[in-house]
Amino acid sequence: MSATETARPTKGPDTSRVVLSVRDLKKWFPIRKGLFSRVVGHVKAVDGVSFDIHAGETLGLVGESGCGKTTVGRTILRLNDPVTAGIAEFHGQDVFELQGGDLRALRRRMQIIFQDPYSSLNPRMTVESIVGEALTVHGMVANKKERRERVQDLLEKCGLDPIRHITRYPHEFSGGQRQRIGIARAIALEPELIVCDEPVSALDVSIQAQVINLLQRLQEEMGIAYLFIAHGLAVVEHISHRVAVMYLGRIAEIADTETLYANPVHPYTQALLSAIPSPDPDAPLNPHPLEGEVPTPINPPAGCRFHPRCRFAEDRCKSNTTPIPIYEVGPGHRVACILGENVDGAKRVGELVHGDDETSAS
Amino acid sequence: MTSSATVVPTAEKGTSLGADAWRRLKRNRVALAGGIALVLIVTACFVLPVLLGMDPETTDPTRKNLPPSLQHFFGTDTLGRDYLARVLVGGQTSLLVGLAATAAVVIVGVLYGAVAGYYGGRVDEILMRFVDFLYGIPYMFLVILVMLMFSDTERGNPIPVFFALGLVQWLAMARIVRGQVLTLREREFVLAARVTGAGDMRIIVRHILPNVLGIVVIYATLTVPAVIILESFLSFLGLGVKLSWGQLVAEGVSVVNPIDSYWWLLFWPSVLLALTLFSLNFLGDGLRDALDPRTRR
Repeated sequence: MSATETARPTKGPDTSRVVLSVRDLKKWFPIRKGLFSRVVGHVKAVDGVSFDIHAGETLGLVGESGCGKTTVGRTILRLNDPVTAGIAEFHGQDVFELQGGDLRALRRRMQIIFQDPYSSLNPRMTVESIVGEALTVHGMVANKKERRERVQDLLEKCGLDPIRHITRYPHEFSGGQRQRIGIARAIALEPELIVCDEPVSALDVSIQAQVINLLQRLQEEMGIAYLFIAHGLAVVEHISHRVAVMYLGRIAEIADTETLYANPVHPYTQALLSAIPSPDPDAPLNPHPLEGEVPTPINPPAGCRFHPRCRFAEDRCKSNTTPIPIYEVGPGHRVACILGENVDGAKRVGELVHGDDETSAS
Repeated sequence: MTSSATVVPTAEKGTSLGADAWRRLKRNRVALAGGIALVLIVTACFVLPVLLGMDPETTDPTRKNLPPSLQHFFGTDTLGRDYLARVLVGGQTSLLVGLAATAAVVIVGVLYGAVAGYYGGRVDEILMRFVDFLYGIPYMFLVILVMLMFSDTERGNPIPVFFALGLVQWLAMARIVRGQVLTLREREFVLAARVTGAGDMRIIVRHILPNVLGIVVIYATLTVPAVIILESFLSFLGLGVKLSWGQLVAEGVSVVNPIDSYWWLLFWPSVLLALTLFSLNFLGDGLRDALDPRTRR
């Protein structure tokens, strides 16, 4: 760990500075029924997630649809209030405790880029209003002329035409261009952390690379940290310094990118990796494809949540009586699986606790 | 509605939403014709009677039931009153009631619906159950109740009528707007605005209302005729204003018979009513398109 970097902007992540530290984050959405909106259960979208993001670093967050990765991003940004449990410290300050002016101050430092470039831009606003709105809200520009200049700078930074594009409306742009507008909006306040919620999933493959390169360039120039959410490991590999794999509201495995791709320990990570298509037609077909669907987060399986789809599942994985151990199998490489014990030098550093479900009425 | 916060003509061609909308409206021939017709009708009803000193009340027993002629362009009615004067003065009431009640409906309905939809949850529940409650009361009952509350005001005063008709019509507007806002609230551009720290007021005014504008305009243009017709029904019951198109139509219908048909008594108010409604619908259609930046040419 080289902690010899100077201040922002840095080349590569500065592992000595933690921007965001999330601990045991839980977000359950109540399911209400009936006349008096009785709570009959919860969708446990996020159920105990912990990770750190360092300055200038990209943490990839990967998982199938419905595993709660989007909820993690939105909850951290206070879009899913109230949080069920856990803390998210942004530079040592718990974001869930901020109110009013403090919360607004936080908004300047954390931003988001959305998946769908069509629904993320107000169709009735010009590019100038969209990108410049944050500047106006935070009083960062004195007048319209100054705002226009700042917006033009931002558009140029994001590879858009600052003269011709600024007065246009979103519907006049292609998906890739729209995503660039969304990125310009996100960097307008010069944030330290951007939650990228599947920013390229809706784009053509040829455009995906351009947008990812843009994000990387902005990270180098501005030292921004990304929480990069995606549903496949292929995209994440290129941009992430570290990757966390999520399954049903929990993190299954987290490691730096090379380690995770070279030595995946969790069977779910292995399955995801083997699902990346190979360009070689003679390559053997995936011998162990993942079968079945993701179980419902309303009533997740007992024990390890992955056990119904896991080839290695043993009896101790299937009940709530034995907690799932978390092993540190290498520096910064943690896995929540019993298979961790087979790795040389593995150290048990914790466990996923069950039985804190107050709604086990079923 | 959306102000032109975007006009700083240093770049290509700084056009505001308003200027843009006007430019697009001008290209829409049908909408433009509707607008012009509406302006003509309004001026005729409000300016001509004053300018020419027309009198819709004086009776002349020697000139009963005359068909349209050069002296009386629209003919005369069963009491010998000049029918042109009656139709124009009646138009004043109908147009005033239609436009004023609609304006009230738009303001109340949009605000109510936007608040209910945006804040959701309990607030929404309470606000919308109140709407349901009002919906549950037969509207005629409601209108008569309001008219009775104002019973000591001068007969023919249009204010109680605005009030009564607005009270009935804003419910649907509130429901429509609430439904729209409910979906818009979850759209990602609204989330993005929240992440940048924009307050509720700003989000409602800048992000949500402009996006419900199209449907509000359409529904408003449908409300004007609905109100005019409702008012004529009230007039028919003797609860309305003295003289309006609705009342003239009702009277006209009563004198149409196969033996001695005074067709002009039905024809003129009906034609003007229909013309107004058509113009409004065309104009409303054009406005909706013009206000949407996606219909760009």
